[in-house]
Amino acid sequence: MPKRTDLHRILIVGSGPIVIGQACEFDYSGTQAVKALREEGFEVVLVNSNPATIMTDPELAHRTYVEPLTPEFVAKIIARERPQALLPTLGGQTGLNLAVALAEDGTLDRFGVELIGAKLPAIKKAEDRDLFKQAMQRIGIALPRSGYARSFDEARAIVRQIGYPAIIRPSFTLGGTGGSIAYNPEELEEAIRWGLQMSPVGTVLVEESVIGWKEFELEVMRDLADNVVIICSIENVDPMGVHTGDSVTVAPAQTLTDKEYQLMRDAAIAIIREIGVETGGSNIQFAVNPEDGRLVVIEMNPRVSRSSALASKATGFPIAKIAAKLAVGYTLDEIRNDITRETPASFEPAIDYCVVKFPRWAFEKFPEADRTLTTQMKSVGEVMAIGRTFKEALQKAVRSLEEDRWALTLGRTADADELRALLRVPTPERLFAVGDAYRAGFATQEIHGLTRIDPWFLEGIREIVLFEPEIARAALADADVLRRAKQLGFADRRIAELAGTTEGAVRRLRRERGVVATFKMVDTCAAEFVAHTPYLYSTYEEEDEAPPTDRPKVVILGSGPNRIGQGVEFDYCCVHAAFALRDLGVEAIMVNCNPETVSTDYDTSDRLYFEPLTLEDVLNIVERERPLGVIVQFGGQTPLKLAVPLREAGVPILGTPPDAIDRAEDRQRFNELITELGLHQAAGATARSLPEAQAIAIGVGYPVLVRPSYVLGGRAMRLVYDDEDLREYMREAVLVSPEHPVLIDKFLEDAIEIDVDAVADGERVIVGGVMEHIEKAGVHSGDAACALPPYSLGEDQVRELAAEARALARALGVVGLINVQFAIRNETVYVLEVNPRASRTVPFVSKAIGLPLAKVATAAMLGQPIAPHGWIEERELAHIAVKESVFPFIKFPGVDIVLGPEMKSTGEVMGIDRDFRKAYLKAQIAADSALPTSGKVFVSVKNRDKRLVMTLAKRLVEMGFALVATAGTARVLERHGMSVELIHKVAEGYRPNVIDLMKRGEIALVLNTPEDGRARKDSYMIRSTAVTQHIPYYLTMDGAQTAIGAIEALLKGEQHVLSLQEYHDAGR
Amino acid sequence: MTPAILVLRDGRVFRGGALGALGEASGEVIFNTAMSGYQEILTDPSYRGQIVMMTYPLIGNYGVNLEDVESRRPWVNGFIVKEASPIASNFRASTSLHDYLRTHGIVGLQGIDTRALTRHLRDHGAQDGIISSVEADPARLLERARALPGLVGRDLVAEVTTEAPFAWQEGSWELARGYVPPPAPHLRVVAYDCGVKLNILRQLRMAGCEVTVVPAATSAAEILERRPDGLFLSNGPGDPEGVPYLIASVRELLGRLPIFGICLGHQILGLAGGGRTYKLPFGHHGANHPVKDLATGKVEITAQNHGFAVDPDSVGARGWEPTHVNLNDGTCEGLRHREWPAFSVQYHPEASPGPHDANHLFHRFTELMARKGG
Repeated sequence: MPKRTDLHRILIVGSGPIVIGQACEFDYSGTQAVKALREEGFEVVLVNSNPATIMTDPELAHRTYVEPLTPEFVAKIIARERPQALLPTLGGQTGLNLAVALAEDGTLDRFGVELIGAKLPAIKKAEDRDLFKQAMQRIGIALPRSGYARSFDEARAIVRQIGYPAIIRPSFTLGGTGGSIAYNPEELEEAIRWGLQMSPVGTVLVEESVIGWKEFELEVMRDLADNVVIICSIENVDPMGVHTGDSVTVAPAQTLTDKEYQLMRDAAIAIIREIGVETGGSNIQFAVNPEDGRLVVIEMNPRVSRSSALASKATGFPIAKIAAKLAVGYTLDEIRNDITRETPASFEPAIDYCVVKFPRWAFEKFPEADRTLTTQMKSVGEVMAIGRTFKEALQKAVRSLEEDRWALTLGRTADADELRALLRVPTPERLFAVGDAYRAGFATQEIHGLTRIDPWFLEGIREIVLFEPEIARAALADADVLRRAKQLGFADRRIAELAGTTEGAVRRLRRERGVVATFKMVDTCAAEFVAHTPYLYSTYEEEDEAPPTDRPKVVILGSGPNRIGQGVEFDYCCVHAAFALRDLGVEAIMVNCNPETVSTDYDTSDRLYFEPLTLEDVLNIVERERPLGVIVQFGGQTPLKLAVPLREAGVPILGTPPDAIDRAEDRQRFNELITELGLHQAAGATARSLPEAQAIAIGVGYPVLVRPSYVLGGRAMRLVYDDEDLREYMREAVLVSPEHPVLIDKFLEDAIEIDVDAVADGERVIVGGVMEHIEKAGVHSGDAACALPPYSLGEDQVRELAAEARALARALGVVGLINVQFAIRNETVYVLEVNPRASRTVPFVSKAIGLPLAKVATAAMLGQPIAPHGWIEERELAHIAVKESVFPFIKFPGVDIVLGPEMKSTGEVMGIDRDFRKAYLKAQIAADSALPTSGKVFVSVKNRDKRLVMTLAKRLVEMGFALVATAGTARVLERHGMSVELIHKVAEGYRPNVIDLMKRGEIALVLNTPEDGRARKDSYMIRSTAVTQHIPYYLTMDGAQTAIGAIEALLKGEQHVLSLQEYHDAGR
Repeated sequence: MTPAILVLRDGRVFRGGALGALGEASGEVIFNTAMSGYQEILTDPSYRGQIVMMTYPLIGNYGVNLEDVESRRPWVNGFIVKEASPIASNFRASTSLHDYLRTHGIVGLQGIDTRALTRHLRDHGAQDGIISSVEADPARLLERARALPGLVGRDLVAEVTTEAPFAWQEGSWELARGYVPPPAPHLRVVAYDCGVKLNILRQLRMAGCEVTVVPAATSAAEILERRPDGLFLSNGPGDPEGVPYLIASVRELLGRLPIFGICLGHQILGLAGGGRTYKLPFGHHGANHPVKDLATGKVEITAQNHGFAVDPDSVGARGWEPTHVNLNDGTCEGLRHREWPAFSVQYHPEASPGPHDANHLFHRFTELMARKGG
C-alpha cells in the first residue's frame, strides 16, 4: 500500500522530561519519526516539553511546540495547527496517555484528528490489564493467574487463589511505578496501599508470581497489510522479579530451542493482531518456566519502547523510523533497508554478535534509598556493548558503565555468607557478586539456586573469572593467552592489574604481538548482503572489515550512559557536532555506548563506533582513523576525563586546549586567573587533609561549600554547616576521589545564582544566554529552575555578567563552548565556577534564543571564525524561557527531597511565554507540578523565612486560598491578622496531624522551607508525603514566591501556545 | 583444544579448534543465518554434501535433545561455529553439541572468524572445502579440496533417501506434550523421499493425510498403483539435475495427481515441467527470508535452504506461473500450474527451524486433493 495522500499535517507527541523509566530513547524514536515523515513530504508538528532533546530542534519539525504535555495545552496546539493525524506511539507512555486523554475528552473528534499507528481501542486493550487478560484468553495465550483489585479486601481474596509471593502492578503507570512484590499479608497490605495510590485509576493487578522464570521480550512490527515481523528477541539475564529496565539483558535470546522460540514468535504475532495495533512497533514480554518451558505473556506495550531503542541499536533496524512510515500507509515490503540498500524492511534481522545491555543506577545520589531491585525500575540509564561472544560483550558493558569497574568483582572482600546474601537478593551488585562467588569456589549449581540466573550465563562468567589466573601467569609472555584474554573481553587495565604491570605496557605489548582490535559491522543480515552504513564494534578476530576512509575526519566522544548530572543534554551537543561536521564536509565519527541516544543512530554521523568510552577503546579507534582531532568538550565528564591521557598519547584535542580545563579546575591557577582579570570569587582554598580543611573552613567561616575537584553534577558536593559535618564529609570524600584534593569555599548565602553559556573561537565570544536561577545559591545549578533572560536583574548587571564571561573565555583561550556560574550578593558579582566545555544548559539556551550553540562551537573548533551574531547579543528577547528540573523521588521512598549542592534531578522541562509568570507556570505544569487555584495551603517555614512568608501568605489569602500551619508558623501568620487552621506536627503525637490531612487530599499546596543541617529531618515526612500524594510543593522562598506569581497568572488569564519557530522569527 | 583447519578450494585458510569428531570432512561450505535451530539443521538431509557454518556465533547453548530432529541422524558433512557452548542449558537437553557431533562422527571446527568466512563466501560464492583436525598442512588440504567433485550434477539424493517405503504416524510438536497424536487421516499422500524433513511428514499428517514415504527411485507406475489422493515431492540435497530418474517419474505423473513440492521438490517439479534450474552464488540458508505471495501481496518470513533455483521464465510458456517471489533477490519462490493441480514452493512451510508463517500451505495441498477427489 502506498503512502496515504489524505494526510498532510501530522502531530507527533514527545515524552517530556527524562525520568526513570522514560529517558532519551524517546528522543531517539521521536527524532527518527520526525525525519521520516518530513522525508515523505508531510508537515510535522511536534510537541514536547523537554528542551534538551534533538527532536525539539527548530530545524527538525515544521512547527515545534515546547509546551506542557497536558491535554489542555495539546488541545490548544491542535486547535491552532489543525493536524489531520496524531501519531501517539513514539512518545513513550506519556505520549500514549496523552493521546488517550485527547481521544476520550473528545478533542480529537472535535478537530477531526485521526490516531494513526494505534487506535484508541487497541491502546486500551493493551494497557488495561483486564481487557488485556480477556484478549489473551480469546486467543488462548496464558498469563500468570491474576485478579484485579480496587481494595485491600479484593486483593486478599485474589491472593487466596494464587498464593504468595504476589506481584502487585498498578494500572496505567510508568516504568512499573508503584509495583512491588508481597511475600506475606503484612507486605501485601503495604503493597496494595502504595499501588492503589500510584495508579491514576485506582486499580491494581494482583498476580501469580513467576519470579525466577526466564524473561524474554520480542520487538514486533506490523503494517496495514497485516504483515508482521519480529525485529529482535531479548533475553534477560536477571530472571523474572527484576524490572526489565533494571535487568542485564542480552540479544538475541540465548537459551531457547527453535521450537520454544517459534512458540513465542507465534504468540507475539497472535497478540499484536488480537490487540489490533495497526502499524508500527510493539514490545511484548514473556516469561518461560525453566523447568518445563511453560510460556506466559507478561505484558505488551502498543508503542515504541526503551527496548525498541535497544533492539534498533542491537540489530541496525530503525524501528521508530519504520514505524512512522508504516503509520502513513506504507507496507514493510515497500520500505528499503537503509543498511543493505537492496533488501526490503519486511524481514527479520539476523545478527552475528552478542549484545549485552547493562543498567546504570544512581544510588550514590540517594544513599538512603533501598537498593533492592524489584518490579519498579530504579536505574537512570544504560549501556550497550557488542561482542562476538556473551563474555566479551558483558565485559565491555561493565567497563562502559564508567563506574571505574574493570572486572566482574565487587571490588571489596565479602565472605561466603555475604556473597550468598548478595546472590539471593537482586541489587545492582548481584552480577559482580557472581564473579566473586566463583572466585570463592562456589559451584554454578549453588549460584543458580540462589540467583535463578540461567546456568548458561553463569558459565560465561565462570569462564571469564577462571581465566584470570591464566592471565596473571602468562599473559605477558604468551601472545595466545593475551589474545584469548582480549577475546574474553578483558580490558587492558584489568590484564595489567592481574599481570602486575601498567595499562600502557599491556597496550604496547599487544601491538608488538599483533593482538589488536578488529572492527566489524552491525548490518541487520549477518553479512549475507553488503552493508553500506559503517556502524561498527570492536572485537578480537581475524578480519577487520571497515578500513578508514581517506577523508578528513573528526572523532566526537559521546557521553556514555545517562546518569544524574549527565544526560540527554550532552547527547544533544554531540549530535549537533556531527551535524556541523557534515555541513563542513568533514567526516563525523561518533563514539558512544548508550543505546537510548540519537548519537548512536547510524545515520547521525558518517561512522558510528558503538564502543565503551575508555582510554583503551578510544585509542583503538583514534589510532586507526587518524582524525584531524577529537572533540571532548561536548560529552560531559566522560570524554573530558580522557582529554589529558589522549593528549599524552599524542592525540590532537580540538578546540579549547586541555590546559584551559586545568586552569579552570586547579584552585591555585584559577585564583591567579581571577585576580589577573580583576574579578571576584568566594573565599576558599584547597585542602588535602582534614586539618587543612578545618583551618580553611574556620578561616572563611561556616557554612562552606565543599567538593572534590573534577566533578560533574555536583557529585559529592555538599554544604557544610559545622565542624562535625566537615569531618563526616572528609571521611567520605577521600573515598570519592583519592587522586584529587577537596575544594572548600565560603558559601554565599542568599546570593542570586546565574549561569552563562557562551561560545568562542579564541577571539570572538558570543554570549548565548544569561540565566538567572529561581532558587538562591546552594541548590545545584542542574537542579535549580532558571529563567532566560533574567527576570530580576538590571540591564547593567546582565551586561556585567556577559562581559566577565567574555573576559574569562578570552583569558582561557576557549575555542568552543564555555559555561560560567556566577553569584551576585550585595551587588558584587562572584565567579563560582568556570567550565570550558558544553554545559547542561546548552540545548535550553539554544532553544530559547534560536541559535544552535554547539553547532557554532564545532565550526569554531575546526578553525572557522564565528560569524557575528549581533542579533543574539543585542536584541531584547520578546519572550522568556524558564527551565525547571524533574526529580526521581517518587521512585525512592525514604529519600529526602531537599535540594542541595549535589544534583538529584534526572531531567528538565522548559516553559516559554511572553510573560515570565506564565512561562514559569508552564514549566511547573510540564514538570508535573500543576499549580492549584483554590484549596488549602500548608505553610511551614524556617525562622529566617518567617518575615518573608507573611507577604506570600497574604497574596494566597487574597486569591482565596485557606492557610494551614503548625503552631510556630501559625502564630506568626495570626499575629498579622490572617486566619489559619492549626494542625499538629507529626512529632507532637496528636491526630490528625499534617500528614493525615495531606493523605486525605485536603492540602492543595505545600510551602516548606526546612531548617539547614540536621534539623531538617523533622519535616522530612511532610516532604515525602507531598511526593507520594502528588501535592505540589515548594521548598525555597524563591520558588514559592515565583509559584504564587504563576498562580496569579493562572487565575487571571488564559494560557497561549506558540511554536519555537514563531518565537524565534519574532526576535529576528 | 585440538587444532583444526578449514581450507577452501580457492586457497583461503581458517585456523581454529576441533569440535565434535576428530578427522577430516569435505563438502561445499555454506553459511546459515538462523540464530536458533542448529539441531534441526544438523539433521536436515538437505545438507548432505555440505559443510554448514552458522553465522550466529554462539551455538550449542541449549544443547541437543531427543525431539528436535528432522531425520534419524545428522547429515551435514561438517559443522563450523564461532563458539560451541560447553554446557547445555535447557530442560529438554540430553547432551551437549560437542558430544552429539562426536557420537555421530561429525567433524567440526570452532573458534574461527565465522563472519570473515561468511563475507568470503558471499563475495566469492559457496565452494568446496575441507575441515581437518588430522592434517595440519594447508597445502595438502588445498590439493584435496581442489579435487573435490562439487555439487553440480551429483546425485546426493541417493545417499539420503529411504531404502524401503514406510508409513508416517507422528504429529507435530507441542510444548509439554512433545509430538502429539495426529487426527484421523482422510486423504492418502505418497511422499517421494529425497531426504525429507520429518516435520514435513508431521505437518502432512496433522493436515489429515495418511502418509507413505517412498524411495526417490520409485517409478511413476508404482506411485499410481498406490492410488494416492496426492503426491508430495520432498526437500533434499544438492543439484536437482542430479536426479534425472525422479524428474522423469514426476513428468509422467504431472496432471494425473495433485502434486505439492517443497524445496528440491519445487526444483524437480520445475524441471519436470520443462523448465531450467541454475545455481545461486551462495544460496539461501536461514530463517528470515521475506517471500511475497503474488496472489495476496502478503509477505511471509520463511525458512530457506537451497543452493539452486528455478528460472521462472523457463517454465512460463509451459503453463506454469510464479506464485511467490523472494523480496531480497527477486528469485522464484513458488510455482503453480495453470491447469494441472500442481504447486510448489522453494522455501520451507514446515519451518523447523524457522517461522511458521507459511504453514497454511499444507492445507492448500489438502484442499487441492479434496477438490480433485470430490
